[in-house]
Parts: sequence; structure tokens; C-alpha cells
Amino acid sequence: MSDRSQLIETGKPFTFDAQRDAEFERLVKRYPTRESLILPSLWLVQEQEGWISAEAMAYIADRIGTFASMVYEAATFYTMYNLQPKGKNHICVCRTLSCYLLGKQEIVDYLRQELGIKPGEVSADGQYSLEEVECLGHCGTAPVVQVNGEFYEDMNVTKLKELLATLK
Amino acid sequence: MQVQVLSARFDIPDANRIEVAKQHGAYATLDKVFAMQPEEIIELVKASGLRGRGGAGFPTGLKWSFLPKNIDKPVYLAVNSDESEPATFKDRYILVRDPHMLIEGIIICCYAIKSHAAYIYIRGEYTTQVKVLQAAIDEAYAAGYLGDSVAGQDFKLDVTVHRGAGAYVCGEETALLESIEGRKGQPRSKPPFPAVEGLYGCPTIINNVQSIGSLPFILANGPEAYKAFGTEKSPGTHLFGISGLVKKPGMYELPLGLPILEVIEKVAGGMRDGRRLKGVIPGGSSTPVLTPEEAQTVTLDYESMAAHKTMFGSGGIVVLDDTVDMVKLVENLIYFYHHESCGQCTPCREGLGWMLKIVKKIIRGEGTTADIDLLTELCDNIEMKTVCVLSAACTMSTRSYLNKFRHEFEAYVTGGAPAQAAM
Repeated sequence: MSDRSQLIETGKPFTFDAQRDAEFERLVKRYPTRESLILPSLWLVQEQEGWISAEAMAYIADRIGTFASMVYEAATFYTMYNLQPKGKNHICVCRTLSCYLLGKQEIVDYLRQELGIKPGEVSADGQYSLEEVECLGHCGTAPVVQVNGEFYEDMNVTKLKELLATLK
Repeated sequence: MQVQVLSARFDIPDANRIEVAKQHGAYATLDKVFAMQPEEIIELVKASGLRGRGGAGFPTGLKWSFLPKNIDKPVYLAVNSDESEPATFKDRYILVRDPHMLIEGIIICCYAIKSHAAYIYIRGEYTTQVKVLQAAIDEAYAAGYLGDSVAGQDFKLDVTVHRGAGAYVCGEETALLESIEGRKGQPRSKPPFPAVEGLYGCPTIINNVQSIGSLPFILANGPEAYKAFGTEKSPGTHLFGISGLVKKPGMYELPLGLPILEVIEKVAGGMRDGRRLKGVIPGGSSTPVLTPEEAQTVTLDYESMAAHKTMFGSGGIVVLDDTVDMVKLVENLIYFYHHESCGQCTPCREGLGWMLKIVKKIIRGEGTTADIDLLTELCDNIEMKTVCVLSAACTMSTRSYLNKFRHEFEAYVTGGAPAQAAM
């Protein structure tokens, strides 16, 4: 798993775009405390930028009116928050139980070889990143791969080749 | 063997859209619901015998009745859609194929428990699913089923989707509440129980998606119709997720109480050609494994599972055949629980790490018989010594493999070939 303790600064200030701003304001009315907005706000940042920078965390803390440490705590605890840029195609392979039984290792080995990166890494050209993740809840159609949030079920190396071709 | 109670609209194209769902009966129970008193609904759900479908199997109506009477604080409903226990993939079908059944169930529940705010806690990995769910909620608001006046009644209800972000532990109900409140998902000490002091310090009911999804059927058809399925103590139907090494893995809705081996054979297509059954994980990765001999007499209900010293769990059945290396399977599971430990309690945070190191050492061929015993000892020293049951989920399952398939661990330490072909 990639390092989750270091924040990266972009050197540029962060603000929500108009769409995220509107969603933030919609959610404000839904929670009795503003701290509840921490997780949704981190998601909004990630949707907008693909990852969460030090500036974005400071912005969230400021916007919510909470301690920066609260935002930092949540961002580093929850593994789906990207604390560094991922590849243009972020590929997650489920490694747990049913996917393990049905050959997830073959999938991981093929991707390592094809992309030249290990799980947790981003390719030098920024095109791909690879991650082994815990159970994705698609056990009946294992093994499962998730690319930029889209699920690909009943995977095998042949189908993976076809999928990679569409990503390039 | 299959039935269509919860899954009645699953195969109808576009049943996630409100106009299609309504043509097939969605929201039809609401007139009846609002004509009843909230307490009457709680009694009706109690009478149905519905038990919590998240894994613990606690009677749903009874859980609701634990809410304190005459309170001046808001009451909250948190719908647990974290669905992160390996081998569990049932709630996803409700979220995507029939989200309006869930929303109707939420309205029923909130009216019964006098709540005006529900949060659906959905696991972060359900990226495409959350979009379908949110679209359905938006439709329900537009159609007047949610908002200031639910179905034209003097009843206000807001439903908000709260996304998790990759933490199995948030399926534990108090960790889930912490996560909604904006903190890391570390379970709370109980008591106080959430029904008394839950979300924002207020009385809170936490129910699984499938439990809530069962309510429209119960309200529409009455508790007797629901109890017509299943057994006396485990009434109703369940969405079973069957995965692993069978011919036809998938999600199947079945009444409770069917023999597990018959279900594997007739519903899931049986074992792959030329393969022999080696074990069955009956209800998600944390439930103790059954040997084929034990499985002979197991039926899919809470009582039979308990009698066989395992658990019904989430209904996620994993079928293992004779190609499976049980030691490596245990490594896969311990890795999962170690990775998902929230870090709050030392026995779990450190102990699961030690278990992983030892099982890896055994697999490398560097282990001794003492290491197998040490694994058992660690299980005993971790279990029930932590705030939540995440560590017990790991130790109870691990111990079952150590006890029932000890010869495979021994084969590794005596330097012989592993008991089974490598995966």
C-alpha cells in the first residue's frame, strides 16, 4: 500500500468549482454538525482533482470551520482517498477470498508485466496506476477489476488484454 | 428453490426508475402505513419475525422497540450499506436493481421510529451503484415521496447518502456512526447502545439494506405472508451470495432453512467437473468453515448454523474444492483483517500482524509445530479483548481452519509437499 502519511503541496490554492460548491452547500443542510461534511468534502475534492493535496485539505478545514487535524485524520485513515496523483487509468484488482480463489494473482501478474509497475505504483508516463484492494463486493462474478470506478467482472487475461486496448 | 420476494423487480428492465418501479407496485404500501400508528408498525414487524440481515440476525422490530420513549431529541436511521465482509454482495442488487424498494422501506421504518433524517452509509467502492441510488433518491424527492411532506402526509423525511471511503470496519455500527460524524471509523465502547445514544448523541437505529428492503413486502402482505417462508425461528427469505468454486456462482433469493449442500448442488450448479467439495464458508469470510461432513446436516438458518458452531452471517456462501490450499486461504483472510484493523485496540492492531507473520513463515516452510500452536494461542489471546468484533472475525475463522484442517498446516512444517496442489 502506498504511503498514507505524507501530504503533497501543489503550490497553488484550491477551491471547489461551481458544481462542487453547489453540492457542498446542498449537503450543509443535511447534517446537524459541520464535521459530518469532512468525508463528503474529501470526495468532492477527489472527484474534481483526482487526488487530495495539502492545499485542498486546508481549504476543506477552513470551509467547514474545523481543525485541519480532523481533515488530515480522515484523509489518511480512509484508503480510498488518494493523497498523491494516480494514473490516468487507475486499476484496482480485488485480492480477497473469492477473487483469490478464482485467480486474481494471474490478473495482477499480467498487469505488472504489461504495465511495468507494481501494485501501489504509477507508471512513469502517468497513464496507469495499479492497486491491489480488499473485497469489492462482486464475489459472484470473481475475479473483479475496477478501472476509474467502473467494474469489470468475470475477468481473465484475455478479457484484460481487450480492456487494456480500450484504455490506451 | 428460488423465490421472488425481495427480488421481485430485479429482472424488470429499468426497475431502478421510479415510473417503472411504481408500475410494479413501488410505494403502494404508503397509504396503509400512514393510516397506522407508528407503534402498530413496530408490532407488525416484530410479528413478521424479520431478523437483521447484516450478519448478527437480531430481530428488527425488537431493535426498534429499544428506542427510549418520550424523548425530546431527534431520532436517526442509519442504513448500513457498507457491505464489506468478503463474500458478501447481496445488498448491491437492491441498490442497483430496486433502489425504490429500499427508499420505501426507509419511509416505513422512519415513520415507525419517528425519525425525520436517514443516512444511507454506502461503501466508497460502490462507485457506479451510488449514482443509481442517488438518482433514485432524487426521483423520490421530485415525486414527493421524500422531503417536507412525504406522500402528501404531515411527515417530513430527508434521506442522505453518505459515502465511506474504503474501511471494512465502518460496517460495525458504531464505527459507521463515527464515520458519518466525520471521524475515522473507530468503534465505540458499548453501552451506551446506539438506540439510546447513537448518531450525534441521539437515539439511532442502524439497519442493514436487506432488512429495510424487506419492509415493503411485510407491510403489503402482512407478517403471516412473510413467515410463510423460512423456518419458525428464522422466517422469511434471504439474498444469498454464492461464490467460489461452483459452476454457477451468483446471487440467489431463497427461503431460509434449505439444506446447504442441496443449494450448492441444485441452485449453484454443483462443483466444477471432477472436483470434490473440501469445505464451505457459510456466511461471509468471518464465519467458521464447515467440512463436507458437517455440511451434510447444515440448513441455511440461524439455528442450524449455531448448532454447527458457525454463523449464518451475511449469507455469503463460499464453496471450496479440493484444489484449495487452506493455509494460503487463511493467509489471504488474515491479511484482510490485519489490513482493515482500525488500530484502536492493541490485541487486534498488533496481534493480527503477528498472526500474518507466523502464517507466512509456515508457508515459506520455515515454521514448526510450535508455530501452529502459537497461532491458536494468539487467537485465544486476541478474541473478545477488543472494543469490536473485527479481530474475532479473524480469530474465529482462523481457528476453524486450524482445528479442521490442521494436517495441511502440519504438512508445511514437516517439510513435505503442501497438502494440495498450488493454486
